[in-house]
Amino acid sequence: MKYLAQQAINALQLGSIYALIALGYSMVYGVLTMINFAHGDVFMLGSFFCLLLIAIVPVPFWLALIVVMGATAILGTLIERFAYRPLRNAPRVSAIITALGCGLVIQNTTLGISPYARPMPHLLDNVTYQFAGITVTTLQIIIIGVSVGLMMVLDFLIRKTSFGMAMRAVASDRATVSLLGVPANEIIAVTFAIGAALGGAAGLLYGMAYPVVSAAMGITVGWKAFVAAVIGGIGNMRGAVLGAFILGTVEVMTVAVLPSTYRDLISYSLLLLILVFKPHGLLGKPTIHKA
Amino acid sequence: MYLHTRHILAALVLSGILLTSCQPTKPSVKIGINAELTGEMPAVGASCKQAAELFTEQVNKAGGIAVGSEKLPILLSVVDNSCKADQSAAAAQRLISQDGVTVMVGPNASSCAIPAGEIAESLGCLMISPWSTNPKTTQDSQTGKPKKNAFRACFTDRFESPVLAAFATKNLHAKTAAVLYDVSSEAPTSQSALFKEAFEKAGGKVVSMETYSTGDRDFSAQLTKIRESSPDIIYLPAPYNDTPLIAAQARQLGIKAPFLGSDAWSSPDIIKLDAGKNLEGSYFCNHYSTEAATPKAKQFIADYTAKYGNAPDDVAALTYDAMALAANSIASAGKTDRAAVRDAMASTRTFDGVTGHFVYPEGAREPAKSAVIMQIKDGSFHWVSTVEP
Amino acid sequence: MIGMTPWTKNRYLPPVLLVVGLIVTAILPSTGIVNDYLQFVIVSIAINAILCVSLNLVNGWMGEFSVGHAGFMALGAYASAILTVKLFPSAPAALIFPAAVLIGGTVAGLAGIPVGILSFKTRGDYLAIITLAFLMIVKSGLENIPYTGGPRGMLGIPHLTTVAWAYFWCVVAFWAIRNLVYSKYGRGIAAIREDEIAAEAMGVNTRAAKLVAFVTSSFFAGVAGALFAHQLQFINPSSFDILKSTEILVMVYLGGVASLGGSLLGAGVVTILTQCLQPLGTWRMVVLPALLVLLMLFRPAGIMGYRDWNWLKPRLSLKLRSKNEDKAERGKEIVS
Repeated sequence: MKYLAQQAINALQLGSIYALIALGYSMVYGVLTMINFAHGDVFMLGSFFCLLLIAIVPVPFWLALIVVMGATAILGTLIERFAYRPLRNAPRVSAIITALGCGLVIQNTTLGISPYARPMPHLLDNVTYQFAGITVTTLQIIIIGVSVGLMMVLDFLIRKTSFGMAMRAVASDRATVSLLGVPANEIIAVTFAIGAALGGAAGLLYGMAYPVVSAAMGITVGWKAFVAAVIGGIGNMRGAVLGAFILGTVEVMTVAVLPSTYRDLISYSLLLLILVFKPHGLLGKPTIHKA
Repeated sequence: MYLHTRHILAALVLSGILLTSCQPTKPSVKIGINAELTGEMPAVGASCKQAAELFTEQVNKAGGIAVGSEKLPILLSVVDNSCKADQSAAAAQRLISQDGVTVMVGPNASSCAIPAGEIAESLGCLMISPWSTNPKTTQDSQTGKPKKNAFRACFTDRFESPVLAAFATKNLHAKTAAVLYDVSSEAPTSQSALFKEAFEKAGGKVVSMETYSTGDRDFSAQLTKIRESSPDIIYLPAPYNDTPLIAAQARQLGIKAPFLGSDAWSSPDIIKLDAGKNLEGSYFCNHYSTEAATPKAKQFIADYTAKYGNAPDDVAALTYDAMALAANSIASAGKTDRAAVRDAMASTRTFDGVTGHFVYPEGAREPAKSAVIMQIKDGSFHWVSTVEP
Repeated sequence: MIGMTPWTKNRYLPPVLLVVGLIVTAILPSTGIVNDYLQFVIVSIAINAILCVSLNLVNGWMGEFSVGHAGFMALGAYASAILTVKLFPSAPAALIFPAAVLIGGTVAGLAGIPVGILSFKTRGDYLAIITLAFLMIVKSGLENIPYTGGPRGMLGIPHLTTVAWAYFWCVVAFWAIRNLVYSKYGRGIAAIREDEIAAEAMGVNTRAAKLVAFVTSSFFAGVAGALFAHQLQFINPSSFDILKSTEILVMVYLGGVASLGGSLLGAGVVTILTQCLQPLGTWRMVVLPALLVLLMLFRPAGIMGYRDWNWLKPRLSLKLRSKNEDKAERGKEIVS
């Protein structure tokens, strides 16, 4: 029983990080119906920005989080402005391929600048608590806490503020909305910024949880988070979070029971199964695409 | 004619082909280096390349290798294999067919060395791997007999794993052991299997064999299972960039058992990456130690440090020895013909290198030489003992 | 001479040239003009061209976004390798290799059926994800089969891919897909790309067209996989991951979607650039995607997108001429 509880905590931690990244994918898909394949690499850069920051001036955890989120937000806006906006009216496939290309460029540039894995410096004192045979560290608590906190802030933003309403409006019909006086381009830019900031935060937290940072992190985690977003219904914020926790649990429980080589097999089979029965994800709604 | 994009691309491609087909025309001895410059273990590739370049510089300064009646300089051809099996095969093809090397030194990672060995074997070119300890590198996969062209400068897992098992049972007094290894990589898998065999033969019991895949970051599930089995020691044949991660998570989960590592730990980067000092007090097996160094080794360490600013690790030392073995084979063959050089290497019986005294028995592709047990203490490697073959 | 078409429009010229090409590639290795490494590059270009044109069928002509191509390639590679390494290790090369390649293609083609069926209801991004899931399942599945070496792969595959075989299969792939694309099914496939609902309304059997497209695409991916396995002599599941699929995607979108010439161009350019830019190391993988991004910004369909060389297109005019026109033409000849 305590073994399962321990694994549950591990699953929560993994799921929280996936959720932060999955939210970024869902937000962008919501407003632009475009899969931002460069998001996984923005996540990876979050860790690297943190490394850079600490190397220049050692700051406490909260400040590092804010600075990293700001830096990745700027990065996300830049990518949107220079790589995606020119292709707003081009065939969707071109936009996706551009996203893929951007992701590869970011990843390999980082790899070229820093081919070696780097250690993540300590930002927090990690205290281990033991109760009833289960160990929980402050790190795990912080990761889960910060992730849930950010998700709640985002949920509030989308549902209760006028900006959130504008975002949802742009997501449902971009052309009409700009006729009604909503600055669609600016809304999209801010959406990207928020999504990227969440990804950056996830990168920082991930780097703290697994303190060896390398440029190749973005692909594996990025694709997993994308799968999570799709399981929950891409474009749907709550779906992204749900999908992320489901994926995190499946991954941890699979490895707990079977050899770790089965993990991807089970995760992706689950994804396929869900898509066969619910083609738009668990919480997604079918959208009518004009080709 | 309108300048289409396709014309620009065609021009680019043509110029690329022309640039890369230009070859220097001075007579020289070509040696190829197939190294892991990018990918999972760039530190290994960097050490290999640097040691090779140091050796080349020293030999060329003395005039070169004596081939027959003249002295020819060494021309080094370095190709990156990104620590991937298929790229390693492609790199071997490039070195042997395109660059026309006489000897190929490398790759180091066993998962790369095995396919490169296949290519070297089918194209008939001598390959000396400095660091690959997996038995399969020099073995024909169909017949199990030694390959004709694949040699190595280090001992194999068949020697290393029993050494570690003996150390664990005798010196660390361990009765139970847990093993956590990367099942998708050749080296850790064979090392784990051989360790289990040796440990159980020495009277111990392996209570937990857990696996993970290359690129995994989260080991909490496997480590939780290991924690339940309460082992005396944990055998962790993981490369230098995964080990600190695993150790950190293990300590976080409350596992107090000491770690035991393979020669994959040998890069000093492992200490740099271990910010939490979780590996303090752990032991591993290595090919040579800067502390227990012979005069020849001390000279090499001094030259390497002077040129590159940091002490050489075992990959560098073994590459230096592999280059020396290659150069000696070419010199004793008297020509750069691949078959002759290969026969010269096969007839080498003893060799004194930076990493110790090599003895190649008749028909063997790997030397019998000593191993050292090291401990990570106070942020650096410390020599504990030497084990003779 | 009267009635003779110019040689560039001679309908027998392309097949003759192709046969000549086959003979040239068959004797090329023994002449020693081209060294082993260049042969390796030529074979790689051929394999990539087959992958490219087969993916183009689904991504270009049918307008989907499939990222699972490497999965079909993996199935073909493993199926053919099992045949030549495990089941018939001592069979003569001339017999076993074509059989192995065909079986590899067939296995991959059969795997294309479920994916094709799944594509009936899902389109666009969700199909992309289904193909991704398929790819990861194949890769993960192969990692868990000890018979084929598990995650560490299969060694000792004989080197049976010669330049001649690679050329042969490349020609077969291009010929088959060219015929498919300019046929009734091909028109159906293109109609699906433009507007699936309208195509259904006009009577196109979209299900049959999608199945044909996916099965053909995966068959040739399997063929390419078999050739790949017998060229590298070693395969492991991590050779067939999302990065490999991305490489093929880059080739397709660089060369040009829905274009046979574009597929060849994309495969050639990317393969050659990858080899030539080796000295740059990691930066090579920055240059290539950056090139792709620039290309997407200025030419979203790729270099030769939706266009093809004229000699590849079928000469429909011959069939559409009426009998009277033909008579008039012949009358003119006799008079002049």
